[in-house]
Amino acid sequence: MRNIWSITKRELSAYFSSPIAYAVIFGFQLLFGFFFFNLVSWFNAQAMQMAQNPYYSQQANINQMVFSPLFHNTSIILILVVPLLTMRLLAEEKKTGSEELLFTSPISVGQIILGKYLACLVVLAAMLGLTALLSSMAFAYGNPELVPWLIGYLGLFLMGASFIAAGLFFSATTKNQIVAGFLTFCLLLLFLVLNWVTASGSGAWQSVLGYLSFSDHFEDMTRGILDTKDLVYYLSFSFFGLFLTHSLIQSRRWR
Amino acid sequence: MIEVQDLTKKYGELTAVRNLSFKVEKGKIWGLLGPNAAGKTTTMRILTGYLPATEGKATVAGFDVFEQPNEVKKAIGYLPETVPLYPEMTVAGYLGFVAEIKQVPPAKRKEAVDRVLKLASLESVKSRLIEHISRGYKQRVGIAQAMIHDPRVLILDEPTIGLDPAQIIEIRELIKSLRGEHTIVLSTHILAEVTQVCDGAVIINEGRLMASGSLEELTASVHGRDGVVIRVRQGGDDAAEAARRIPGAEKVTVDGNEIRIEWSPGRDLREEVARLAVEKNLGLQEMRPVATNIEDLYLKIISGGLEQ
Repeated sequence: MRNIWSITKRELSAYFSSPIAYAVIFGFQLLFGFFFFNLVSWFNAQAMQMAQNPYYSQQANINQMVFSPLFHNTSIILILVVPLLTMRLLAEEKKTGSEELLFTSPISVGQIILGKYLACLVVLAAMLGLTALLSSMAFAYGNPELVPWLIGYLGLFLMGASFIAAGLFFSATTKNQIVAGFLTFCLLLLFLVLNWVTASGSGAWQSVLGYLSFSDHFEDMTRGILDTKDLVYYLSFSFFGLFLTHSLIQSRRWR
Repeated sequence: MIEVQDLTKKYGELTAVRNLSFKVEKGKIWGLLGPNAAGKTTTMRILTGYLPATEGKATVAGFDVFEQPNEVKKAIGYLPETVPLYPEMTVAGYLGFVAEIKQVPPAKRKEAVDRVLKLASLESVKSRLIEHISRGYKQRVGIAQAMIHDPRVLILDEPTIGLDPAQIIEIRELIKSLRGEHTIVLSTHILAEVTQVCDGAVIINEGRLMASGSLEELTASVHGRDGVVIRVRQGGDDAAEAARRIPGAEKVTVDGNEIRIEWSPGRDLREEVARLAVEKNLGLQEMRPVATNIEDLYLKIISGGLEQ
């Protein structure tokens, strides 16, 4: 455990002593802020109109009309941002030769991978935490429900955690950061749209691909529904990514 | 302290190391000598547990490298060929991180960092970023990180490569000062490094063991001769004839104004040669030793002229 933490601390200092973390967090906040502002303005206009009609006025729901689309938009930004965070994790060590230090130290490959994974999770949490500060302003000026908002953030975090596991894997495949980042991006995008196949039919393979897609699992969470199968999906996605990374590194060293 | 038996490493079709066996005793400095691409780095990577061997056995500090890699890693300090640095860290911060992952107990980490900073004369740059320090300092940071957990065995891959002559001497002195307490294996393709720093050497070429032993054993293994080359104002056959009459001179050859006089190992005819030059009024301008035996051996090995 102590070894994992040592690696995590070093990765965090690498993120925050270079412009990477600042640039990524800044850009993320900017985009999030724009989406939030836009959705709130739109909601305002809608609410005004609805207020004139007593039937509709009951239906103006800030959770559904602001947060749900906001979380969807944020998940797309994550697909862009996470590869940038993960691409250097193992590729850079390999390129500069510093992995030789890690792999000849009395710590296990698993500890190295987990340490790096945790560091990236911390950056993700910081990134989402800052956006939560902004979106929580809605509680000051309106009366959204707290629990669906929290579940939405949990969904974003779990989704981001799966993205990071995928990114870590691609970072282990190459010493070229750009290649690692690009492949991660492609995979994430593919998994996002995988459920489109369900539009063309409902056969066995369509439903399997639909299940594998991020989208349907995230959909429920943006609406504040916490389902075990979605939790299991994200956790197993992360676990599988880390497991593959571990196997890849081990097999490369035994070749 | 280190024992290697029939070690073989293949990368696909390529065999980098072939049936290599050698031993290094406790407290000695041993050189792993060979031209580039001889298999030095591969051998060191196997000893440190970075790469697994294809076949064979290696033990370090009594632990099997393949069976108990963690124990071996704790006992070894390793300076890889490319110094493993994180440019965005400070020197002291980096050494602190290495202390952590090398399992130095938290209470002793600061002490350990201070000790190696002093040992490698890095105190003046300890709070600078690694990307801002010179090549020589980076190399010293590399040696400092290898020493941080006070390992019993030090494995140094080309510790003086890329340094200027003054730095090379400094690093060699540093390594020599570690003799006795640490068992050291260093790789090099420069023979002088071995004769100046090491107690013995393992000479390899193309992954094969060519010779190994203490410097004395290596010298004795070649039946060469010691000798000097003198450069004189008046050379010629007369001078050579006179040189041949020196008792003990076994072989005298003339090349223009240079006369090469050789004798069997264990004797020393330098004084006689000098006296002769003065008595015969040859006009002695220069006197230098002929290449040492170990140098001959090394040259023969790397030019491929010697099969074991």
